[in-house]
Amino acid sequence: MPEFVLTVARFGFLILLWIFVFTVVGVIRRDLFAGVRSKSIVASPRGVGGAMPPGRPAKVKRGKAARQLVVTAGQLAGTRITLGDIPITIGRAEDSTLVITDDFASARHARLVPRDGQWFVEDLGSTNGTYLDRGKVSGPTPVPLGVPIRIGRTSLELRP
Amino acid sequence: MKTHRNAELGLLAFSMTLVAIYAATVEANQFDTIHSTFWIPAALLAALFLGLHFVVRFTAPYADPVLIPAVALINGLGVSFLRRLDIARAISNKEPIPGVFAGTGGRQLAWTLAALILAAILLLVVRDHKVVSRYAYTLGLVGIVLVMIPAVLPSSLSEVNGAKLWIKLGAFSIQPGEFAKLALVSFFAYYLVRKREVLSLASRRFLGIDFPRGRDLGPVVTVWLLSLLVLVFEKDLGTALLYFGLFVVTLYVATERASWLIIGLLLFFGGVYTAYLLGASVGGPFANFYDRATIWLDPFAQANYDKAGGSYQLVQGLLALGTGGLFGSGPGAGSPGFVPEVRTDFIFAGMGEEIGLFGLAALLVCYLLIVERGLRAALGVRDSFGKLVAGGLAFTLGLQVFVILGGITGLIPLTGQTTPFLSAGGSSLMANWLLIAMLLRISNAARGPANSGGSSDRPGGPKKAPTQLHGAMTEVIKP
Repeated sequence: MPEFVLTVARFGFLILLWIFVFTVVGVIRRDLFAGVRSKSIVASPRGVGGAMPPGRPAKVKRGKAARQLVVTAGQLAGTRITLGDIPITIGRAEDSTLVITDDFASARHARLVPRDGQWFVEDLGSTNGTYLDRGKVSGPTPVPLGVPIRIGRTSLELRP
Repeated sequence: MKTHRNAELGLLAFSMTLVAIYAATVEANQFDTIHSTFWIPAALLAALFLGLHFVVRFTAPYADPVLIPAVALINGLGVSFLRRLDIARAISNKEPIPGVFAGTGGRQLAWTLAALILAAILLLVVRDHKVVSRYAYTLGLVGIVLVMIPAVLPSSLSEVNGAKLWIKLGAFSIQPGEFAKLALVSFFAYYLVRKREVLSLASRRFLGIDFPRGRDLGPVVTVWLLSLLVLVFEKDLGTALLYFGLFVVTLYVATERASWLIIGLLLFFGGVYTAYLLGASVGGPFANFYDRATIWLDPFAQANYDKAGGSYQLVQGLLALGTGGLFGSGPGAGSPGFVPEVRTDFIFAGMGEEIGLFGLAALLVCYLLIVERGLRAALGVRDSFGKLVAGGLAFTLGLQVFVILGGITGLIPLTGQTTPFLSAGGSSLMANWLLIAMLLRISNAARGPANSGGSSDRPGGPKKAPTQLHGAMTEVIKP
């Protein structure tokens, strides 16, 4: 077999090997560079994450979206927090977003998390529990506007 | 929603073409001519992978399209390289060209068939990966028993080249540790899904890092002791690193706390260094590890090279890689006969001589892509158990490649791990294909329609807002 053919085969194989690699990368390019959709690898609730096509999160209409968190009862009654995209933690711990001085609240009591324009309340294993209206919160639960979230003697509401 | 199954088929055809070209080049270099039969092993492999492709098409239609072709390429090149060694031996013995199912290459081909059948069975039986969590404690027990069997068996039944990792039954030997990985990942994932709240929320802050409470360290210390026992009694650093790294990373993924990684690394390096010091002073069960570490520190020292069980293997492997250089000598044109254990531990060195750094890097990128797809499935899937299993499995595969490649390139002390999908050996091939099948199953759930737990749900059905979102705790665990 001529030397030329062997050299072509030797380098041709390597080049094809890399073409294969780049073809593979091409197939998955879209989600290789799409960025991480769900920030945390664990505890992304059902219906969020890989299901949505990238770059097109389902948006709730702006008019109906919650803009403010208002404390309606308890020692901090009247306090307003403007909502952004970041989760809000509630508890007695000083690093909470909303620090409540309520004897019935735990240090890290509950958390409000936005997902695609909808806010979810999640109990962080508090001693006395978190209630959405009358029901006890056991997992991440969507919070409708104007429905009170009760933590100890404190009561919170989402307002547009 | 697109399934990308046709992309998978195209990539599979491409990878099998590459395997056929490799086989042709080998024959051109070895025989100076290409026999008309060169394509038969590649065609057989293609038929096998095509079978798996169709199983995936029907049981996991949304699975990741890249996993099977990338693994198929590595597996196919492994079979072809083993066949190339058979051909070289046949030529030197003046025998005719070995048959398709003859020699190590033929046996590897048969093992590939067995492994793919197992993978297909897993895909057919486990329609929803969450089912696995019901058997988590059983799997955990099975995993620990599998790890421990070689340690308690007498050396004559379990020792190969100084590492007690085997169960030898006559001519047949299996490496139970390969299967233990899968069982242990499932168990760790289940355990950590239940415990992660405690492990991640209860902590004390020290030096700007959140450290867990002392009593929560229990399980990590237990696994650490277990892996040190493996190190001492099975004389294998790689396996110890594999189990411990697997646990620590799953813990990190579950809790998102970097402190676990720091604690893990400190514990591991502390343990290994102590074992090294003990090996130097006390000897006994630690001596083997001490020997390996001295070889690693200076493989080219004459004393280490001449010693029985010394650095001869490592040096031959390094020389093979060096001879290959950037582009290698071409498939079939090297002399892998000089590399000891070239069929198993040193297969990467043997291949490296022929395809060079350029080719090895392509293979490494393939491994990287497989691991990345696994992690991507972990990100996409919606339940915590699936996330931890996929993340753990993908990481195990990556760590195993690191352990053996780090070993043969002199980055870490050499230990006898198999190179996934490449090395000759049925246990490794079957266990790793099962791992890929599990990743395919989870990626199907991750990429499929939002309401599907498995594949049976109708795609694109009306999506109504879920009324109650369950956290991982309530969603996964149904004892």
